[in-house]
Formats: sequence, structure tokens, C-alpha cells
Amino acid sequence: MQLSERHQEYWRKNLRLTAVLLAIWFVVTFIVIYFARELNEIVIFGFPFAFYMGAQGSLIIYVLIIWFYAHRMNQLDKEFGVHEGDEE
Amino acid sequence: MSTQSQFFSQLKKYYTFYTGGFISFVIVLAILEQMGLPPNWIGYIFLAATIMLYAGIGIMSKTADVSEYYVAGRRVPALFNGMATGADWMSAASFIGMAGTLYLTGYDGLAFIMGWTGGYVLVALFLAPYLRKFGQFTIPDFLGSRYGGNLPRTIGVVAAIICSFVYVVAQIYGVGIITARLTGMEFQIGVFVGLAGILVCSFLGGMRAVTWTQVAQYIILIIAYMIPVVWLSVSHTGNPIPQIAYGQVLQEVTAKEKELNDPTTTLGAAEASVRAIYKEKQLAAEDRIKALEAAVAAGSADAVVGEARAALDAELVVLKATAEPDAQKIEAKEKEIAELTGPDVLMAKLKKAADGAKKSAGPVAPHATPFSGKGAEKKLLATNPNATAAEIAAAKAEDEEASNVKRRNFIALVLCLMVGTASLPHILMRYYTTPSVREARKSVFWSLFFIFLLYFTAPALAVLVKYDVYHVLVGSSFASLPAWVANWAAVDPTLMKIADLNKDGLVQLAEITIGGDLVVLATPEIAGLPYVISGMVAAGGLAAALSTADALSHDVYYKMIDPKASTVRRLAISKGLLLVVALLAAYTASLKPGDILFLVGAAFSLAASAFFPALVLGVFWKRANYLGAVVGMLAGLAVCMFYMYTTYDFFGGVAANEWFAIKPIAAGVFGMPAGFLGVIIGSLISRAPSTEIQQLVDHVRYPNLEGDIKAQTA
Repeated sequence: MQLSERHQEYWRKNLRLTAVLLAIWFVVTFIVIYFARELNEIVIFGFPFAFYMGAQGSLIIYVLIIWFYAHRMNQLDKEFGVHEGDEE
Repeated sequence: MSTQSQFFSQLKKYYTFYTGGFISFVIVLAILEQMGLPPNWIGYIFLAATIMLYAGIGIMSKTADVSEYYVAGRRVPALFNGMATGADWMSAASFIGMAGTLYLTGYDGLAFIMGWTGGYVLVALFLAPYLRKFGQFTIPDFLGSRYGGNLPRTIGVVAAIICSFVYVVAQIYGVGIITARLTGMEFQIGVFVGLAGILVCSFLGGMRAVTWTQVAQYIILIIAYMIPVVWLSVSHTGNPIPQIAYGQVLQEVTAKEKELNDPTTTLGAAEASVRAIYKEKQLAAEDRIKALEAAVAAGSADAVVGEARAALDAELVVLKATAEPDAQKIEAKEKEIAELTGPDVLMAKLKKAADGAKKSAGPVAPHATPFSGKGAEKKLLATNPNATAAEIAAAKAEDEEASNVKRRNFIALVLCLMVGTASLPHILMRYYTTPSVREARKSVFWSLFFIFLLYFTAPALAVLVKYDVYHVLVGSSFASLPAWVANWAAVDPTLMKIADLNKDGLVQLAEITIGGDLVVLATPEIAGLPYVISGMVAAGGLAAALSTADALSHDVYYKMIDPKASTVRRLAISKGLLLVVALLAAYTASLKPGDILFLVGAAFSLAASAFFPALVLGVFWKRANYLGAVVGMLAGLAVCMFYMYTTYDFFGGVAANEWFAIKPIAAGVFGMPAGFLGVIIGSLISRAPSTEIQQLVDHVRYPNLEGDIKAQTA
């Protein structure tokens, strides 16, 4: 079948959301590791910052990223009328 | 659907009841312990009770229906699917090994924490919802339909079997260790007892039994992990939330590390004297290595080996001649003599001794500091106070280079673990069991949430135990060691070894050798909790190992089935295969293959190289086609395996073959780009896929697409 303009837009929005969240994931993982030696000079809650991120901070952000994605996409499905049947 | 929500509240009721039951069970055992029940009885009771419980759940959810067997009827609610995936994910390595690795390596161990959680972001964004919408049973199914033809599917099956088998072996190994600890059985027997438990569960009810058992296992393992840590945290800091409290503890640990490394303090001076002894041992071993090498070159190696054997024989005579001969020590020595068969064995032994002594001769590595260098600058200044500026600069550069190599490896490892997480077939197929795409997305969230609970506790546990060792154990007198130290040193010298090397009657850090697995297993005793909690921790570790092995053995065999066979036949064949695979894995595990961490890491690297490019491009790039998938998967696998083969010593590889000094465990870092390139090039040089396949991609992309090719059947 031919996809409608709205369908295309849904997919574009999905891609944009995916890209933004992936960028956050990249920063809290790889950028933080790359500069770990320098970032450890900063102290947060009594922890050196890079250590804190590796042990807790990044993990919390991962959980939030996934929560936000599920929440936002489930909303988008409804907005664009591509959600599944009547479960809830 | 109201039936679905009814089902959900029923499940909640069952598991609340179950959790209460488990806690009362532990309390009853604690009372019995007070009344004098011996510890190994507690071990047996825990082992029997938990395995019976899992088997009971398996029997209750017995099924012969194909859809129930493979995907639990596709009605597992997100929350419970998350818990089951969490249990599945957290193997013995996470439960027992993780905190220990962090204890031993500090910041550098965090690669595992980050890698094994961050990977779920990739699962959520790139795979879970799409695979659920696709709605088949397995990952090779997806590859087969998306790329057409049998080849992509077959490559998928082979790659899945390689990854899963490697992983199952590691799990069964873990089951064996815990069963042996808990009951005092032989390791080899423990492996097969544990295996029986695994088989009972997945034989009966397939994915349904596995899922409901895993929820039960998650509850046990998380309770077992948390109680001792919380207790330890309260006793050291007065704060019951260890994850918050350990920031302050970490600072104290860091201060102590400085003191121990500073020879002008009393503690530091004592440490230095022990390190000097290790330095001598290291030099002695290195001299013997040189002598042996010279002898080998001169063709007189046998004489040197003979001398070494004579020395061991003399030691044996001394052991036997003591007033109270120690049977264990005599046996160990006899074994050592029997194993000394040639110059290769002797060389390996000497190298190990030299490396071990070298490690203990160095200063304490600071826990929170990432990528510590080699300490070349410090060494230079210590040995040669008049070093020229050029020499100092050279030493500094050497340190920085060492540190950069560590950072590069850390990044590569994190990437491989993350992408591998998003490619392991047994994790991805979890999201086939949810009722809808919507639930699949939520389910990834719950999975990571439940995994996160344990993973963000592990670094806290490592620091709390380190605090205890540095502040209570170090500096105490050998005459009055804490009970747990003596107990564990008696149980297994690879976990806890302590000896007064410099004969000052006091414990120095360098005199203690701790095995990583000790940290979790001994925490209850360090915290002064009763034995029943130790039993519970071991039961938690068993739950972790069993839950992973369950799903995996399940996963390995069901990919091999003939898709055209009838349902009954299919189930019968797959159960037979399960038995064969499980026995094979148990046999392999009972041989104690060397490095478990490498095995696990290798499975991740292989999965990342073989699957990730073809899966992700299959959803996000319509142009990807048959040839691309075949070339990409083969290229990824080939590069990854080639790299491991040429660099890992088990296969006769050498470190000199490494590219950019990346360790073989992170071979996927080269396999992945090869895989992506392969898919892209292969696709571009051949025709675009058919409209039908392009429509399949649309079908997968939209949770509900009207007029879709499969709208009715999905």
C-alpha cells in the first residue's frame, strides 16, 4: 500500500526522537568516559564526577531515556492513529 | 482487554503472596539456626526448597501449545516481562562476580556496569518495538523473512548457537560453583545437580514456565542482594540507602589509599616492607625464567625441570615430617609434583608467580581514579632522584600512553557490551512475549529498571567492603583476625589468602589476597549477619545462574528445529535437543574452561558483529537486501573471530597482533564496522529488495497500519 503523508511524518518524528535520545546516550557514555580523568576533579555528592557517572549517573539517564521513549512513542501512536487495538 | 487486566492483578496477588512466603521461610530458618540447626543443613534446605519451588512453578505452567511454549502465549504484562528479563539477564557473573570485579579494579571495572545497562537503550530505540510488531518467534525468523532466502536465516541460526552455547557454559559453571559452596558437594557433581534443576523447569513448560519461574527468581535474587548491603551500610554510615551513603565512604577509602601508599606513615612503611618482599620474589622468579630459557636454548631443559621437581619433593618431605601433617597441603603438593611434566609447565608456573608477585609489589591502585598509568614517573623519581628533565618527560609520556591505551580499551569494551546486549538472541526474543508493541516498549523500561536496581548497588557494595578491609582488617593483629577471614581462608585459598610475610604480627594490605567472588559471598559475615543470610545470598546467586541458563538452553535448541515438522514432533525433537545441548554444556563446564569473563565477553563481541548491523539496517534502511545481509553477517563474524584467533593466547594468538592495542575481548569493535560496511556495500551492488519486502518493513515500522499486508494476521 501507499503510505500517507501522515504516516511519513510519524516515521520522521520517530527518527528524530531516536536520534536525539541516541545523542544523549552517546554523551553520557562515551564523552564522559573520554574525559573521565579531567571530570574526576569535580566532586558531586561526595563522589568524583566520572566515577559517579559510571556507577550511577549514566545508568539513571539510561532508564529515563527508555521511559521517555516508551511514553512519547505510545503518545505518538495515538496522535497519528497507528496505535494498536483496544488493550489497556 | 479486561481479561488482560484481570490476569495482571491475579499475577500481582500471586507474587505478593510468594514474596511474603519467601520472607517467612527465611525467618523460620533464622529461628531454627538460633536453636542450633547446623549451617550445611541450612544450605541443603535452601537448595532443595528453591529448586522445588521453581520446579513447582514449572509444573503449574506446563504446556504443549506451541505459542505458549515459545512466547508464553504473548500475554506477559510489561512489568512481569521486565522482571523475568532482569533475572534472565543477571547471570551468576553479575550477581557474584560484578561487585568483586569492581572491588579489584575500581573505576576500570565500571565498563561492565555501563555496558550491560546502556545496551538496553539500543534495544529500546532500535529493536524491541519493531521485532514485537514483526511477531514471529525467533531472531533468525526475522532475518529469514526480511532478507528472503535460507542463507541469512541459516547464518543467523549458526551465529545464535555459537553465542548462546558459550554463554550457557558460563552459566552452568556458575551453578556448579554455587551448589558446591552451598552444600559442600564436589564441583563436578554440583554442575549436574544444578543442571537437573534447569532441565525440570524448561522441559515442562517452555517459555511460559521459564518466564514465571524467572519472575520468582528475580524476587529472590534481589532480596538476597539487598539485605546484606543495606545492613553493611547502616553499620558503617548509619544510612540505610547504600547508594547514597557510599560517597562519603569512598572519600575515606581514597584517603586511606594515600596513607597506605605513603612510606613516611606507619601503615605505609609496613606496606612498603611487604612490597619489598614481593619485589624479591618477583626478581627471583624472573631469574629462574631466564635460566630456564637459557637451558631450553642449550637443550638442557630437562635438567632444570628435574631440579625443580627435586625441590618440590624436598618440600613434600618437610610437610610429611611435621608433628601434625596437613593432609590438604600434602595432597596439593603431590598434585603439583605430578603436574610438573616438562619445561612448558614450569615456564607457565614461573611466569604466573612472577606476575602475581609483581602485582603485589606495586602500590595500591586508587579506587575511583580512571585509567591509572604505569607509575613510570614515580618509579623513576624514586630510584633516581637526579633524573634529567628529558628522562622525566619520557616517563610521563610512557604513563600517559599506558593510560590512553586503558581508556581506549574501556571505550571499546563498553561499546561491545552495549551492542552485544542489543544483539543477544535470548534477550531480544523476550520482547516477543508481550501482548503488544506498546507493552514491548514499556517492558524494555521495566527490564532495565529491575537490572539497574542491582547494578547500581554493586559499586556501593564494592566500596563498603573495601572500607571494611582497609579500616578493620588492615592494621589488626594476626592473633585476633575477624571470624570471616579465618573461615574463608580455610574454605578456599583462591578466595582469601592471608599470611604474615614480614612477621610483624599485624595485617598489611599487601599480605591479603582476595578473590573477586568473595565480596558478595562473604558480605553477610562481614556485616555480622547470621548464616541463614549467607544461605540466602547463595540461593540468590543460584537463582541468577539458573534463570539465565534456563532461557538459554531453551534458546539454543529451539533454533535448530525443522520449521516444517508437525507441532508435536517439533516439541519432541526440541526437548531431545535440549537434553543433548544441556549435557554437552554441563560436560564442558565441568572441565572448568579457563577464563569465564573472556567467554562471556566473547559471546557479546560475536553477537554484536554478527547480528546488530543486519537487524538494525533491516528496520531502518529499506534498501538493505539479501546479499547485503549475507555479506555483512559473514564479514562481521569473520573479522571478529579472526581478531580473537590471532590475539587471544588460548588459540595461540599473541598480543603483538593487536590493532591499536585493543584486547581480544573487545574484538567486536572491529567486527561491527565490518558488518555495517558489508551490509551497505552488499546491498548497493545488488538489486533493491522486492516491494513485498519493502511493505514488510513498513509493517514492522508502524504498530498498526491499515491496509497493511499482514494487518489481519498480525
